Amino acid sequence: MSEMRTPLSRVRGLGSAKKGTEHFWLQRVTALANIPLAIFFVSAMVAHAGADYVTVTAFLSRPIVALVMLLLILSMVWHMRLGLQVVIEDYIHGHMAKLLALILNTFFALAIGTSSVLAILKLTLA
Amino acid sequence: MVEIALPKNSRVQKGIVHKADKRLEKPRTLKIYRWDPEDPANPRMDTYEIDAADCGPMLLDALIKIKNEIDPTLTFRRSCREGICGSCAMNIDGQNTLACTKGLDETKGKITVRPLPHMPVIKDLVPDLTNLYAQYQSIEPWLKTDTPQPQSEWKQSREDREKLDGLYECILCACCSTSCPSYWWNSDKYLGPAVLLQAYRWLIDSRDEATGERLDDLEDPFRVYRCHTIMNCAKACPKGLSPAKAISEIKKMMVTREV
Repeated sequence: MSEMRTPLSRVRGLGSAKKGTEHFWLQRVTALANIPLAIFFVSAMVAHAGADYVTVTAFLSRPIVALVMLLLILSMVWHMRLGLQVVIEDYIHGHMAKLLALILNTFFALAIGTSSVLAILKLTLA
Repeated sequence: MVEIALPKNSRVQKGIVHKADKRLEKPRTLKIYRWDPEDPANPRMDTYEIDAADCGPMLLDALIKIKNEIDPTLTFRRSCREGICGSCAMNIDGQNTLACTKGLDETKGKITVRPLPHMPVIKDLVPDLTNLYAQYQSIEPWLKTDTPQPQSEWKQSREDREKLDGLYECILCACCSTSCPSYWWNSDKYLGPAVLLQAYRWLIDSRDEATGERLDDLEDPFRVYRCHTIMNCAKACPKGLSPAKAISEIKKMMVTREV
């Protein structure tokens, strides 16, 4: 079977996918974007520690805050999807299991992303 | 999926203890991985006692002494005994390195010697590196040009020649690749640090005219991008090179031509 293939034939396999750089680059770009966005988010949450519901929702519904929050969600979720994809590709070797995990990863990121965006929009457009 | 435990037939057993039959001036104990493909038994760790006072200074000297004087069945690769052929790469006290450049006085207590990790074992300390050599062949490690061959030599400036420093010294001993978890999990597709350092050696060579094609062949989520820069390769390299840096440079070249 595969034992009779030459080692070079096995190594060349289906050839190069001719991609991967965009994934690598976007992971770094989103990582960079996450730094100021996460600092904003964490300091805003610390500043509102113990505040009541009305104060927090009023803060989040301000257009500039909502805008930054939307950027944060977009960048974080995108980064998360790219990162988890790498973990799946590293560790899951069964072809079907890997395919399924990659699809679920995309669905999961979309679900988290859209529901968070919806929550912010609901607050700011209400 | 990930295999957590070893298969039953590769669980390492306690081995034979070869005690010294006389008083040793400078006693040293080595625990060495043994496995014989012709013996159905599991691999085992044999123990050997030697006198370091009556032995060369390096770990390879100790292995040769054991083979000559205690146990001629002990199998390992060696050739140049001066860190240039890369044959005696093995795992010594948990670190991949060359037995011929590892001094006995650099080690403490019992010395544990195993074959390079996560490679099929041919016998004892001899790993099967067929896949690695095929991967090396796949990057076409030779000068590729379209310009007609010049009358004399392909010229290279001093500065361009200096770019090969830290790359040309690689002896392909495989210490780096076999220390890399990404290579352990995905060596069927990931080229690994040794081969990627070699690939970069040809990418950066000013005389080569196939840089673009070389990058095309490498650009793949698995061939290059399994490297997550954990630096085990640079830590393992017995020649003090940094395959991790070479891989980063490859990634930089790929980004540069795209962004």
